[in-house]
Amino acid sequence: MSRKTNLAIFVLVALAVTSLGIYYLTRVNIPILDPSGPVGQKERGLIVLAVLLSLIVVVPVYFMLIFFAWKYREGNKKARYDPHFNHSRVIESVWWGVPLAIIAILAVATYKSSHELDPAKPLASAKRPMTIQVVALQWQWLFIYPKEDIATTNVVRFPEKTPVEFNITSDAPMNSFWLPKLGSQIYAMSGMSTKVNLMADGIGNYNGSSANISGKGFADMTFLASSVSDTDFSEWVGLVKQYHDPLTLSSYKVLAKPAKNQPARYFSSVEDNLYHSVVNKYLRPS
Amino acid sequence: MNLLGRLNLDAIWQGPVTAIGQLTVLLSGIAIVGLLFYFKRWKWLWREWLTTVDPKKIGVMYIIVAVAMGLRAFSDALMMRAQQAVASGDNSGFLSSDTYQQVFSAHGSIMIFFMAMGLMFGLFNLIVPLQIRARDVAFPFLNATSFWLFFAGAMLFNTSLLIGGFAATGWLAYPPLSELAYSPGPGVDYWIWGLQIAGIGSLLSGINFFVTILKMRAPGMNLMKMPMFCWSVLGSLVLILFAFPILTATLTMLALDRSLGMHFFTSDFGGNPMMYVNLIWAWGHPEVYILILPAFGIFSEVVATFSRKRLFGYTSMVWAIWAIVVLSFIVWLHHFFTMGAGANVNAFFGIMTMAIAVPTGVKIFNWLFTMYRGRIKFATPMLWFMGFVATFTVGGVAGVIMAIPPADFQLHNSLFLVAHFHTMLIGGVVFGFFAGLIYWFPKIFGFKLNERIGRYAFWCWFFGFLLAFIPLYILGLMGATRRLDGYDASLGWQPLFIVAGVGVLIIGLGIALQALQVIVSIRQRNANLDKTGDPWNGRTLEWATASPSVFYNFARITPVNDRDAWWAEKQVKTPPPKPRYEDIEIPKNTSAALIMAFLAFNFGFGYVWHMYWLSVLCFFGIITCLIIRSLKDEHEYTLPAHDVAKVEAAIRRRYA
Repeated sequence: MSRKTNLAIFVLVALAVTSLGIYYLTRVNIPILDPSGPVGQKERGLIVLAVLLSLIVVVPVYFMLIFFAWKYREGNKKARYDPHFNHSRVIESVWWGVPLAIIAILAVATYKSSHELDPAKPLASAKRPMTIQVVALQWQWLFIYPKEDIATTNVVRFPEKTPVEFNITSDAPMNSFWLPKLGSQIYAMSGMSTKVNLMADGIGNYNGSSANISGKGFADMTFLASSVSDTDFSEWVGLVKQYHDPLTLSSYKVLAKPAKNQPARYFSSVEDNLYHSVVNKYLRPS
Repeated sequence: MNLLGRLNLDAIWQGPVTAIGQLTVLLSGIAIVGLLFYFKRWKWLWREWLTTVDPKKIGVMYIIVAVAMGLRAFSDALMMRAQQAVASGDNSGFLSSDTYQQVFSAHGSIMIFFMAMGLMFGLFNLIVPLQIRARDVAFPFLNATSFWLFFAGAMLFNTSLLIGGFAATGWLAYPPLSELAYSPGPGVDYWIWGLQIAGIGSLLSGINFFVTILKMRAPGMNLMKMPMFCWSVLGSLVLILFAFPILTATLTMLALDRSLGMHFFTSDFGGNPMMYVNLIWAWGHPEVYILILPAFGIFSEVVATFSRKRLFGYTSMVWAIWAIVVLSFIVWLHHFFTMGAGANVNAFFGIMTMAIAVPTGVKIFNWLFTMYRGRIKFATPMLWFMGFVATFTVGGVAGVIMAIPPADFQLHNSLFLVAHFHTMLIGGVVFGFFAGLIYWFPKIFGFKLNERIGRYAFWCWFFGFLLAFIPLYILGLMGATRRLDGYDASLGWQPLFIVAGVGVLIIGLGIALQALQVIVSIRQRNANLDKTGDPWNGRTLEWATASPSVFYNFARITPVNDRDAWWAEKQVKTPPPKPRYEDIEIPKNTSAALIMAFLAFNFGFGYVWHMYWLSVLCFFGIITCLIIRSLKDEHEYTLPAHDVAKVEAAIRRRYA
């Protein structure tokens, strides 16, 4: 086969693979690029901004890589050969300067967004925020609703368009609480309480997981989050309250034992200050 | 008292998959020993290799160990890809979660510490003295000690496969998971002591080459006339000197937590796991620059040589290296933006991280302008360079994205991150070291590698890499976290994991082709002999020696007048005056380094299995070795000038 046929086959294969890839991507769910809440949407905006600004550098690099390689190939005797051209103050200033300018723009965006999207910062909304306390266990998630006085494991439910402040701790190795469809993850650490504020724009179900390895059952540490209408939420709370399965200190101790692949559970009431006693237990000698 | 500590026979059986690995290790061990007996090579091995202090031989041994460890860690990668390609929904794959976690922990630790670091130190040993026209490194015995400690660490890692199992805590073993409370077994201890022993070797090597470059350059070679590879090695060495003590201290504290019940990083009793995360990354981030800077240096040599042009923007390149060195120490927090630090802290580290893109970009533009108005010969090292620019640029963009803290909140610990750092480490470090190994192969072994098979291997690696890691970028955006041994079928991740698996198989084909390339090249070596010592029409001083270079490197240490010293010397047409040779001092072989490393291995093994008597014994053994070695006076012998003349005449006859 000649070089040209080889090249043609290669280009065709590359095109076929690329279009197949693009076709596939249009059909799958990519939560980070298709978020359902204000936090995730702003974060997607930052990703897009960084890509666009980077293209200012990437496009010339690719162009020069291919063009110079082709033009100054050994066989092309017509191209100018200038072995002493090895320094130019002007040209070098350009590639110190342009990337610096791009980084300066990104630096401003970084500073602003770090403050605006600080996970601990409450979200603006007409509705009053609600609080959910999250405890990472070995290997499941416990969600405590202090105001509603109920608790769930491995499923979490909250009303739509309502800012939710998640207070997060761990009664296990370090985990990371992540709801990609809504935005920002944050570490769950024992003896500490971290915070992330999230909000859902509408009704929906979202996959959540732990993003930090925490032992044998780590891969099972997934949970399902649902945002529902206000009335559905209060109805659901009422339903959970009828379970007659209170979360007391002693039932918590059983729950906190290492176990893989646990089903969702619903607790009709929660021991007072359970979350704080989990945080505090590491502050004392065990 | 139980002499065996907690060691017992139960430690050997760890399931059928591990058994295959155990058998492979045992059989290769038996095969090596058998071959040595069959060919009666024990004496040769001892005299020529095990007791040598010649950096060229030590370099070759580094590379052999690094390749072997790389193959082991690649088989770990194959297992991970296979597991994730099938473990969707109810199918739990063929690895238990514990085995899977050991596999990826071993993959990461081995690839960084024993593959990449091994290739890196191997190339330092082989090339740095030659490039600065030195006969040896500053401290030859220390150099051998570094290598053997590296080897002892590698063997301790592999011993975990045979006895007791490895850590299941990820390559950086974050506490509290790595503390006794959650990981009581020997795995984390293997990890600690394997790294500790090898890490001390790395630190000693860092000191050694730092002094070598600063004190042993040929007369006339001031710093701004130094080859760019040596500059980037110097940058890497400064990072080693500052970063590795942090690793040693951190691992010591974790070991104290585990063996003496201390509470540096535990959850309770006031221990602070966040402190460990800070410390380990204060070492860990510079570590990736320790690896990438020498790769940058290799590309600088390769591009200039194959474009037949001086490196563009030498001064810019030097400044870029030192900008990277300084910045790499003030970015470590970007590895844990999600730990809940305040907005100002996150923003500072984010901006510093992006700033690294500036000097790195400058280097890429300078390489491209080295090609500009050159006469580019597309030998395989140049292909690896082109592949590097194509992939590394994409990885760099991913890095800039994740440097923005709120964007990182979405991408941290996802497969997007995994794809990003593999782009940097494969596209940057591995491609760079391959380019270097092919480029310098004739200098090391005296003949060139087969170019044709080399090209096939490159294309397999390049496309295999794209297929293996583009899906991971997408999976990260789909919410897939790293280190999962299974996932829900409804997430729709499986097709991408299968594509990634195919990609790794193609990389595997590339590795097989590289093995074939070496075998074929050895068989054809007489056709590809490098008789000039300068097969690529090189520019720097390593090409001024015979290939392979003589054990004393240079018969005469002549002054250097130009940045591309060898290129300049080649331009002088007048024949050199008849050389007058001088006596050369050469360090004697010693077995002390090997013995100390053997003791260090047993020290670690004793610690892992709580055979503290063994550790104490070995510790004092090492001290005794050091004292005995220090009391000896005659570390060198003199090669008289007339013998040098004979060797040089023989080389000239060989190449005539």
